[in-house]
Amino acid sequence: MSIDIDTARKVAHLARIAVAEENLPKLAQDLSGILTFMEQLNEVDVEGVEPMTSVTPMRLKRREDVVTDGGYAEKILKNAPDAREGFFAVPKVVE
Amino acid sequence: MSLNQLTISAARDALRKGEVTSVEITESCLSAIDGADALNAYCAKTPEIALAQAKAADARIKAGDAPAMCGIPLGIKDLFCTKGVATQAASKILAGFKPEYESTVTQNLWDAGAVMLGKVSMDEFAMGSSTETACYGPAVNPWKIDDRQLTPGGSSGGSAAAVAADLCLAATGTDTGGSIRQPAAFTGIVGIKPTYGRVSRWGVVAFASSLDQAGPMTKTVRDAAIMLGAMASVDPKDSTSVEIPVPDFEAALTGDIRGKKIGIPREYRIEGMPEEIGKLWDEGTAMLRDAGAEIVEISLPHTKYALPAYYVIAPAEASSNLARYDGVRYGYRAKLGAGDGIVEMYEKTRAEGFGPEVQRRIMIGTYVLSAGFYDAYYNRARRVRALIKRDFDQVFAAGVDAILTPATPSSAFGLGEMADASPVEMYLNDVFTVTVNLAGLPGISVPVGLDAKGLPMGLQLIGRPWGEGDLLNHALVLERAAGFTHKPSKWW
Repeated sequence: MSIDIDTARKVAHLARIAVAEENLPKLAQDLSGILTFMEQLNEVDVEGVEPMTSVTPMRLKRREDVVTDGGYAEKILKNAPDAREGFFAVPKVVE
Repeated sequence: MSLNQLTISAARDALRKGEVTSVEITESCLSAIDGADALNAYCAKTPEIALAQAKAADARIKAGDAPAMCGIPLGIKDLFCTKGVATQAASKILAGFKPEYESTVTQNLWDAGAVMLGKVSMDEFAMGSSTETACYGPAVNPWKIDDRQLTPGGSSGGSAAAVAADLCLAATGTDTGGSIRQPAAFTGIVGIKPTYGRVSRWGVVAFASSLDQAGPMTKTVRDAAIMLGAMASVDPKDSTSVEIPVPDFEAALTGDIRGKKIGIPREYRIEGMPEEIGKLWDEGTAMLRDAGAEIVEISLPHTKYALPAYYVIAPAEASSNLARYDGVRYGYRAKLGAGDGIVEMYEKTRAEGFGPEVQRRIMIGTYVLSAGFYDAYYNRARRVRALIKRDFDQVFAAGVDAILTPATPSSAFGLGEMADASPVEMYLNDVFTVTVNLAGLPGISVPVGLDAKGLPMGLQLIGRPWGEGDLLNHALVLERAAGFTHKPSKWW
């Protein structure tokens, strides 16, 4: 499976990574190379094999649905590039 | 011998006898670190924290009943969140990030009295086999055979360089596809990746959550047993931490493997493998046989598909895990132009903040998870993963106690030598190690010999799930038989 420039552009956008138009051909080529490598998986007979969900045969742990932590907004905001009045600040989202 | 060259076990014994103090060992390491900037192993030095912890450890040792790791100075991989100390995962996107919390592993180590010398370098988000994807430049292997600088391997390359050059007594590493075992092999040290679920992932910057495990990188097998015991715990904060009590791994080191069955997987004799690696593997096999183990040839038929399955699953999980780096809550945010909205903020931040290999893996992951390809790539890879695990299950069910393989397909290569290689060529470094992550098994790399160039080579032992004690015992036998005592000569 080879990836064309349009697909590379689309994947970059889905991944929310800006890629300049002139860099798309190289990206498409790199991604195609990796996907070609993965094509080997098509040789394997996986009929009747369930996709693995957990490598250890265990049920995910559950806990009581209660608040056990929190109440420190200033710590949460401490590493934010832009925090104002107890909130994360971002560019305008809604017109 | 200076104090920074001590092993954990020797330091522990000397500390308990009162022959030396943690402050003295710590100061010796700190001065070794300051003299080793050429290795670029440490990305953050924390001497004040180290000396304060060392003083506290000395008081605790004096009061008696201190745990084995008390007073032992360590390097901490930059992937572990350390409260108030820069934690960057070698990425520009986490520039300036200082966690408000401590990872479970490091907290366990501090609770046991260990000392943090600083944070050690790695590949960006643990994605790489050479530390060349680090935003702060590559770490350098203390082993040198000509005028070239060699890689210490990756992703835990800073950890490996620091341990091999005696810039700490031991270091933490993490291993998603071989990131503890490959650098250990490249630098002549010991590195163990425990069974998935043995060590808490809480507070470790996530790469691929179903594969990531932390483990110790040490100078000896005994040290690995001691340090793994301190790192491991059952942790309610990690839902994949398995509720199996942590045994005394050091007590398992009897040095007796008579009657144990060692599997030699025929599929690991890959095409193009250097003759020296094959010869080393044969020698290691003979060492275990001479120690009284029974050697059996085994088959792990899906081995060939481990690498492509890994390079679907790991990027898929990475693309989800790394979605959190959006320039809002922590780390880097790109400068925005007039009229830029939130989508431009995400796209510019991530384009400027992530390096090329991380971007590539995120995009591969995005692609294999996208509508129309999810079944063809992601689900197929997870099916193949189930088959790879089944291969191991069958071998262990047939009575095999441990599996011996090479650790890496080559010895350390030069920094920059793989610059023109395709991403896939770099991925081949993981060929012997990824199967272990996919199957959730414990694996250990033990230094066994030098190649003709004079560089260290390691062998890997793979154990049964939750059988780290037994695995370490096999590793001890291999270590003793190999008698690897080589150290890099100091040029830095």
